[in-house]
Amino acid sequence: MKKPEITESLLAPGHKACAGCGEALAARIIMDAAGPDIIVTAATGCLEVFSTLYPQSAWKMPWIHSLFENSSAVAAGIEVALKALGRENEAKVIAQGGDGATADIGVGCLSGMFERGHDVLYICYDNEAYMNTGIQRSGLTPFEASTTTSPSGEISWGNKTDKKPMPEIAAAHKIPYVATATVGYIKDLEKKVKKALSIKGPKYLQVHCPCPLGWAHDPSLTIKVAKMAVQTGLIPIFEMENEKITSVRKIAKKQPVEEYLKLQARFRHLFKKIGGEEEIKRIQQIADNNIKKYGLM
Amino acid sequence: MAKPEGVVAKPGSSKEYKTGSWRTEKPVFKQDKCTDCRICVMVCPDGVIFGSDKKYYADLDYCKGCGICVEECPVDDIEMVVEVR
Repeated sequence: MKKPEITESLLAPGHKACAGCGEALAARIIMDAAGPDIIVTAATGCLEVFSTLYPQSAWKMPWIHSLFENSSAVAAGIEVALKALGRENEAKVIAQGGDGATADIGVGCLSGMFERGHDVLYICYDNEAYMNTGIQRSGLTPFEASTTTSPSGEISWGNKTDKKPMPEIAAAHKIPYVATATVGYIKDLEKKVKKALSIKGPKYLQVHCPCPLGWAHDPSLTIKVAKMAVQTGLIPIFEMENEKITSVRKIAKKQPVEEYLKLQARFRHLFKKIGGEEEIKRIQQIADNNIKKYGLM
Repeated sequence: MAKPEGVVAKPGSSKEYKTGSWRTEKPVFKQDKCTDCRICVMVCPDGVIFGSDKKYYADLDYCKGCGICVEECPVDDIEMVVEVR
Protein backbone atom coordinates (compact mmCIF):
# COMPACT_ATOMS: atom_id res chain seq x y z
CA MET A 1 0.00 0.00 0.00
CA LYS A 2 1.25 3.49 -0.81
CA LYS A 3 2.27 5.41 2.28
CA PRO A 4 1.77 9.15 1.80
CA GLU A 5 4.92 10.73 3.24
CA ILE A 6 3.38 14.17 3.13
CA THR A 7 0.87 13.60 5.94
CA GLU A 8 3.51 12.28 8.30
CA SER A 9 3.96 14.15 11.54
CA LEU A 10 6.90 16.35 12.58
CA LEU A 11 7.36 13.85 15.41
CA ALA A 12 8.25 10.73 13.46
CA PRO A 13 6.93 7.29 14.41
CA GLY A 14 9.26 4.65 15.78
CA HIS A 15 9.72 6.56 19.04
CA LYS A 16 9.66 4.43 22.17
CA ALA A 17 6.70 5.93 24.05
CA CYS A 18 4.39 3.37 25.67
CA ALA A 19 1.28 2.34 23.75
CA GLY A 20 -1.41 4.93 24.42
CA CYS A 21 1.01 7.63 25.64
CA GLY A 22 -0.78 10.94 26.16
CA GLU A 23 2.45 12.91 26.10
CA ALA A 24 3.51 11.51 22.70
CA LEU A 25 0.07 12.43 21.35
CA ALA A 26 0.31 15.96 22.78
CA ALA A 27 3.84 16.47 21.42
CA ARG A 28 2.82 15.32 17.95
CA ILE A 29 -0.25 17.58 17.86
CA ILE A 30 1.72 20.58 19.15
CA MET A 31 4.62 20.14 16.69
CA ASP A 32 2.26 19.77 13.73
CA ALA A 33 0.27 22.83 14.82
CA ALA A 34 3.43 24.92 15.35
CA GLY A 35 5.74 23.68 12.63
CA PRO A 36 7.69 23.36 10.50
CA ASP A 37 9.64 26.59 11.12
CA ILE A 38 10.42 25.99 14.78
CA ILE A 39 13.43 25.42 17.01
CA VAL A 40 12.65 23.18 19.94
CA THR A 41 14.35 22.50 23.27
CA ALA A 42 13.41 19.72 25.66
CA ALA A 43 14.21 19.12 29.31
CA THR A 44 15.12 15.68 30.59
CA GLY A 45 12.10 13.45 31.03
CA CYS A 46 9.98 10.86 29.29
CA LEU A 47 9.56 13.04 26.22
CA GLU A 48 13.31 13.38 25.71
CA VAL A 49 14.10 9.74 26.51
CA PHE A 50 11.48 8.08 24.33
CA SER A 51 12.04 10.36 21.35
CA THR A 52 15.84 10.31 21.15
CA LEU A 53 17.21 6.87 21.85
CA TYR A 54 20.76 7.37 20.58
CA PRO A 55 21.67 7.30 17.70
CA GLN A 56 18.13 7.97 16.49
CA SER A 57 15.82 10.94 16.82
CA ALA A 58 12.09 11.27 16.22
CA TRP A 59 12.23 15.03 15.77
CA LYS A 60 12.16 16.55 12.29
CA MET A 61 13.18 20.06 13.28
CA PRO A 62 16.22 21.59 15.02
CA TRP A 63 15.95 20.09 18.49
CA ILE A 64 18.20 20.20 21.51
CA HIS A 65 18.16 18.34 24.80
CA SER A 66 19.17 20.62 27.65
CA LEU A 67 19.58 19.61 31.27
CA PHE A 68 16.63 18.84 33.52
CA GLU A 69 16.24 22.40 34.75
CA ASN A 70 17.15 24.67 31.87
CA SER A 71 15.16 24.00 28.70
CA SER A 72 13.65 27.49 29.18
CA ALA A 73 17.09 29.11 29.59
CA VAL A 74 18.46 27.32 26.50
CA ALA A 75 15.40 28.44 24.51
CA ALA A 76 15.94 31.99 25.75
CA GLY A 77 19.53 31.81 24.47
CA ILE A 78 18.37 30.58 21.08
CA GLU A 79 15.83 33.41 20.85
CA VAL A 80 18.50 36.01 21.68
CA ALA A 81 20.92 34.47 19.17
CA LEU A 82 18.27 34.64 16.44
CA LYS A 83 17.76 38.33 17.25
CA ALA A 84 21.49 39.00 17.19
CA LEU A 85 21.69 37.43 13.74
CA GLY A 86 18.65 39.40 12.62
CA ARG A 87 16.84 36.16 11.80
CA GLU A 88 14.09 36.23 14.44
CA ASN A 89 11.36 36.10 11.78
CA GLU A 90 12.63 32.81 10.38
CA ALA A 91 11.71 30.49 13.26
CA LYS A 92 9.65 30.35 16.44
CA VAL A 93 11.28 29.00 19.59
CA ILE A 94 9.52 26.39 21.72
CA ALA A 95 10.75 25.08 25.08
CA GLN A 96 9.34 21.90 26.53
CA GLY A 97 9.41 20.15 29.87
CA GLY A 98 7.43 17.65 31.89
CA ASP A 99 5.58 18.58 35.05
CA GLY A 100 8.62 17.82 37.23
CA ALA A 101 10.98 19.82 35.02
CA THR A 102 8.50 22.71 34.98
CA ALA A 103 7.04 22.92 38.47
CA ASP A 104 9.94 21.59 40.58
CA ILE A 105 13.38 21.43 39.00
CA GLY A 106 13.17 24.07 36.28
CA VAL A 107 10.88 26.64 37.88
CA GLY A 108 13.79 29.05 38.50
CA CYS A 109 14.98 29.11 34.89
CA LEU A 110 11.36 29.32 33.71
CA SER A 111 10.70 32.30 35.95
CA GLY A 112 13.83 33.98 34.57
CA MET A 113 12.67 33.42 31.00
CA PHE A 114 9.29 35.00 31.80
CA GLU A 115 10.88 37.90 33.65
CA ARG A 116 13.30 38.78 30.84
CA GLY A 117 10.46 38.67 28.34
CA HIS A 118 11.89 36.25 25.77
CA ASP A 119 9.71 35.47 22.76
CA VAL A 120 9.42 31.75 23.61
CA LEU A 121 6.46 29.39 23.98
CA TYR A 122 6.98 27.14 27.01
CA ILE A 123 5.03 23.89 26.99
CA CYS A 124 4.54 21.90 30.18
CA TYR A 125 3.48 18.30 29.53
CA ASP A 126 1.58 17.60 32.74
CA ASN A 127 1.38 13.85 33.36
CA GLU A 128 1.30 14.46 37.08
CA ALA A 129 4.50 12.69 38.24
CA TYR A 130 8.09 11.84 37.27
CA MET A 131 7.05 9.00 34.97
CA ASN A 132 10.42 8.45 33.29
CA THR A 133 12.24 7.53 36.48
CA GLY A 134 9.45 5.39 37.89
CA ILE A 135 6.43 7.44 38.99
CA GLN A 136 7.74 9.68 41.78
CA ARG A 137 5.46 12.50 42.93
CA SER A 138 6.03 16.02 41.58
CA GLY A 139 4.60 19.43 42.39
CA LEU A 140 1.81 18.77 39.92
CA THR A 141 0.75 15.37 41.29
CA PRO A 142 -2.90 15.62 42.37
CA PHE A 143 -4.23 15.12 45.90
CA GLU A 144 -4.25 11.48 47.11
CA ALA A 145 -2.73 9.92 43.99
CA SER A 146 -0.56 6.95 44.88
CA THR A 147 3.00 7.22 43.51
CA THR A 148 6.20 5.41 44.46
CA THR A 149 7.26 8.28 46.73
CA SER A 150 3.75 8.96 48.05
CA PRO A 151 2.44 5.40 48.26
CA SER A 152 -0.97 4.60 49.68
CA GLY A 153 -0.86 2.26 52.64
CA GLU A 154 -2.25 1.59 56.08
CA ILE A 155 -1.82 5.15 57.30
CA SER A 156 -1.34 6.98 53.99
CA TRP A 157 -3.89 8.11 51.41
CA GLY A 158 -1.20 8.90 48.86
CA ASN A 159 0.02 12.36 47.85
CA LYS A 160 -0.70 14.87 50.61
CA THR A 161 -0.76 18.06 48.56
CA ASP A 162 -2.81 19.27 45.62
CA LYS A 163 -1.44 20.45 42.28
CA LYS A 164 0.77 23.53 42.40
CA PRO A 165 -1.04 26.40 40.62
CA MET A 166 1.56 26.69 37.85
CA PRO A 167 -0.65 28.61 35.36
CA GLU A 168 -1.32 31.27 38.00
CA ILE A 169 2.37 31.38 38.93
CA ALA A 170 3.20 31.92 35.26
CA ALA A 171 0.48 34.57 34.89
CA ALA A 172 1.77 36.42 37.94
CA HIS A 173 4.90 37.23 35.90
CA LYS A 174 2.60 39.47 33.81
CA ILE A 175 3.30 37.50 30.64
CA PRO A 176 0.93 38.05 27.71
CA TYR A 177 -0.48 34.52 27.36
CA VAL A 178 -1.07 31.59 29.72
CA ALA A 179 -3.32 28.65 28.87
CA THR A 180 -4.16 25.13 29.93
CA ALA A 181 -5.16 22.43 27.46
CA THR A 182 -5.61 18.67 27.35
CA VAL A 183 -5.16 15.84 24.89
CA GLY A 184 -8.85 15.11 25.47
CA TYR A 185 -9.73 18.15 23.33
CA ILE A 186 -7.24 18.14 20.48
CA LYS A 187 -8.78 20.93 18.37
CA ASP A 188 -8.65 23.22 21.40
CA LEU A 189 -4.99 22.29 21.96
CA GLU A 190 -4.10 23.04 18.31
CA LYS A 191 -5.92 26.36 18.48
CA LYS A 192 -4.08 27.41 21.63
CA VAL A 193 -0.65 26.54 20.19
CA LYS A 194 -1.39 28.61 17.07
CA LYS A 195 -2.74 31.50 19.12
CA ALA A 196 0.25 31.42 21.51
CA LEU A 197 2.73 31.54 18.63
CA SER A 198 0.96 34.57 17.14
CA ILE A 199 1.65 36.55 20.33
CA LYS A 200 5.04 38.16 20.98
CA GLY A 201 6.70 37.59 24.35
CA PRO A 202 6.83 34.67 26.77
CA LYS A 203 3.91 32.24 26.65
CA TYR A 204 3.03 29.32 28.94
CA LEU A 205 0.89 26.35 27.90
CA GLN A 206 0.19 23.49 30.32
CA VAL A 207 -1.10 20.34 28.63
CA HIS A 208 -2.74 17.63 30.71
CA CYS A 209 -1.63 14.25 29.29
CA PRO A 210 -2.73 10.92 30.80
CA CYS A 211 0.01 8.33 31.33
CA PRO A 212 -1.25 4.75 31.03
CA LEU A 213 1.79 3.48 32.94
CA GLY A 214 1.83 5.90 35.86
CA TRP A 215 -1.91 6.39 36.22
CA ALA A 216 -2.49 2.70 35.57
CA HIS A 217 -5.39 2.93 33.17
CA ASP A 218 -6.00 1.00 29.98
CA PRO A 219 -3.94 2.45 27.08
CA SER A 220 -7.05 2.73 24.92
CA LEU A 221 -8.70 5.05 27.49
CA THR A 222 -6.16 7.90 27.28
CA ILE A 223 -8.59 10.35 25.62
CA LYS A 224 -11.55 9.26 27.78
CA VAL A 225 -9.56 9.80 31.00
CA ALA A 226 -8.38 13.22 29.79
CA LYS A 227 -11.95 14.27 28.93
CA MET A 228 -13.28 12.97 32.25
CA ALA A 229 -10.71 15.07 34.15
CA VAL A 230 -12.18 18.16 32.49
CA GLN A 231 -15.82 17.12 32.90
CA THR A 232 -15.40 16.57 36.66
CA GLY A 233 -13.84 20.02 37.12
CA LEU A 234 -10.53 18.66 38.43
CA ILE A 235 -8.62 20.05 35.44
CA PRO A 236 -9.89 23.51 34.47
CA ILE A 237 -9.21 24.46 30.85
CA PHE A 238 -8.80 28.20 30.44
CA GLU A 239 -6.83 31.04 28.85
CA MET A 240 -5.30 33.99 30.69
CA GLU A 241 -4.12 37.11 28.94
CA ASN A 242 -2.23 39.72 30.97
CA GLU A 243 -3.27 38.11 34.28
CA LYS A 244 -6.99 38.01 33.42
CA ILE A 245 -8.96 34.89 32.54
CA THR A 246 -10.31 35.51 29.05
CA SER A 247 -11.93 32.18 28.20
CA VAL A 248 -12.85 28.91 29.91
CA ARG A 249 -14.04 25.59 28.54
CA LYS A 250 -17.47 25.10 30.13
CA ILE A 251 -18.34 21.69 31.52
CA ALA A 252 -21.00 20.17 29.28
CA LYS A 253 -22.29 17.61 31.78
CA LYS A 254 -20.81 17.64 35.27
CA GLN A 255 -19.54 14.25 36.37
CA PRO A 256 -18.85 13.16 39.96
CA VAL A 257 -15.10 12.78 40.63
CA GLU A 258 -15.57 9.01 41.20
CA GLU A 259 -16.09 8.62 37.46
CA TYR A 260 -12.58 9.99 36.88
CA LEU A 261 -10.91 8.29 39.86
CA LYS A 262 -12.23 4.80 39.22
CA LEU A 263 -10.68 4.65 35.74
CA GLN A 264 -7.18 4.78 37.25
CA ALA A 265 -5.46 2.32 39.58
CA ARG A 266 -3.42 5.13 41.18
CA PHE A 267 -6.65 6.04 43.03
CA ARG A 268 -7.65 2.41 43.69
CA HIS A 269 -7.06 2.71 47.46
CA LEU A 270 -9.86 5.30 47.72
CA PHE A 271 -12.38 2.62 46.80
CA LYS A 272 -10.83 -0.22 48.83
CA LYS A 273 -9.85 1.27 52.20
CA ILE A 274 -12.33 2.03 54.96
CA GLY A 275 -12.92 5.79 55.07
CA GLY A 276 -12.35 6.20 51.35
CA GLU A 277 -15.73 7.86 50.85
CA GLU A 278 -14.70 10.74 53.10
CA GLU A 279 -11.49 11.18 51.11
CA ILE A 280 -13.38 11.16 47.80
CA LYS A 281 -15.58 13.94 49.24
CA ARG A 282 -12.41 16.00 49.80
CA ILE A 283 -11.43 15.49 46.14
CA GLN A 284 -14.97 16.46 45.10
CA GLN A 285 -14.46 19.64 47.13
CA ILE A 286 -11.34 20.45 45.05
CA ALA A 287 -13.36 19.97 41.86
CA ASP A 288 -16.25 22.12 43.16
CA ASN A 289 -13.82 24.85 44.18
CA ASN A 290 -12.34 24.83 40.66
CA ILE A 291 -15.81 25.08 39.10
CA LYS A 292 -16.58 28.09 41.30
CA LYS A 293 -13.19 29.76 40.92
CA TYR A 294 -12.96 29.53 37.12
CA GLY A 295 -16.71 29.67 36.40
CA LEU A 296 -16.72 26.31 34.62
CA MET A 297 -20.50 25.94 34.62
CA MET B 1 32.95 20.21 9.51
CA ALA B 2 33.39 17.31 11.88
CA LYS B 3 30.23 16.18 13.60
CA PRO B 4 30.39 16.81 17.35
CA GLU B 5 29.88 13.77 19.52
CA GLY B 6 26.37 13.01 20.73
CA VAL B 7 24.69 14.74 17.81
CA VAL B 8 22.04 13.01 15.77
CA ALA B 9 22.18 14.58 12.35
CA LYS B 10 19.34 12.73 10.66
CA PRO B 11 15.88 14.05 11.53
CA GLY B 12 13.13 11.51 12.04
CA SER B 13 15.60 8.59 12.12
CA SER B 14 13.56 6.89 14.86
CA LYS B 15 11.76 5.30 11.90
CA GLU B 16 14.63 2.84 11.63
CA TYR B 17 13.16 1.11 14.68
CA LYS B 18 9.84 -0.63 14.00
CA THR B 19 7.65 -0.43 17.08
CA GLY B 20 5.02 -2.65 15.47
CA SER B 21 6.70 -5.69 17.04
CA TRP B 22 5.42 -4.60 20.47
CA ARG B 23 1.83 -5.19 19.46
CA THR B 24 -0.43 -8.10 20.47
CA GLU B 25 -3.65 -6.77 18.92
CA LYS B 26 -4.04 -4.78 15.72
CA PRO B 27 -6.74 -2.34 14.63
CA VAL B 28 -8.78 -3.48 11.65
CA PHE B 29 -10.53 -0.76 9.68
CA LYS B 30 -13.84 -2.15 8.48
CA GLN B 31 -14.32 0.75 6.01
CA ASP B 32 -18.04 0.22 6.28
CA LYS B 33 -19.68 2.99 8.30
CA CYS B 34 -16.77 5.44 8.03
CA THR B 35 -17.87 9.09 7.86
CA ASP B 36 -14.47 10.63 7.03
CA CYS B 37 -14.36 12.45 10.39
CA ARG B 38 -10.61 11.72 10.65
CA ILE B 39 -10.77 11.39 14.43
CA CYS B 40 -8.67 8.19 14.23
CA VAL B 41 -5.95 10.10 12.34
CA MET B 42 -6.03 12.84 14.96
CA VAL B 43 -5.90 10.69 18.11
CA CYS B 44 -3.13 8.23 17.13
CA PRO B 45 -0.23 8.88 19.57
CA ASP B 46 2.26 7.65 16.98
CA GLY B 47 0.69 9.43 14.02
CA VAL B 48 0.57 6.29 11.90
CA ILE B 49 -3.04 6.27 10.66
CA PHE B 50 -3.23 7.42 7.06
CA GLY B 51 -5.78 7.55 4.28
CA SER B 52 -8.62 9.57 2.80
CA ASP B 53 -12.08 9.18 1.26
CA LYS B 54 -13.41 6.77 3.92
CA LYS B 55 -10.44 4.43 3.37
CA TYR B 56 -8.09 4.58 6.32
CA TYR B 57 -5.39 2.22 7.52
CA ALA B 58 -2.77 2.01 10.25
CA ASP B 59 0.89 1.58 9.34
CA LEU B 60 1.43 -1.77 11.06
CA ASP B 61 5.22 -1.32 10.98
CA TYR B 62 4.79 1.23 13.78
CA CYS B 63 1.29 0.78 15.29
CA LYS B 64 1.74 -0.22 18.96
CA GLY B 65 -1.82 -1.50 19.27
CA CYS B 66 -2.95 0.89 22.02
CA GLY B 67 -6.55 0.83 20.78
CA ILE B 68 -7.28 4.58 21.18
CA CYS B 69 -8.58 4.72 17.58
CA VAL B 70 -11.03 1.90 18.32
CA GLU B 71 -12.21 3.55 21.54
CA GLU B 72 -12.65 6.98 19.92
CA CYS B 73 -14.22 5.99 16.56
CA PRO B 74 -17.73 7.49 16.82
CA VAL B 75 -19.30 4.93 14.48
CA ASP B 76 -17.47 1.80 15.74
CA ASP B 77 -15.91 1.18 12.36
CA ILE B 78 -12.56 -0.04 13.76
CA GLU B 79 -12.02 -3.19 15.83
CA MET B 80 -9.09 -4.73 17.66
CA VAL B 81 -8.14 -8.21 16.48
CA VAL B 82 -5.68 -10.50 18.25
CA GLU B 83 -2.69 -10.99 16.01
CA VAL B 84 -1.10 -14.36 15.40
CA ARG B 85 2.43 -14.21 14.07
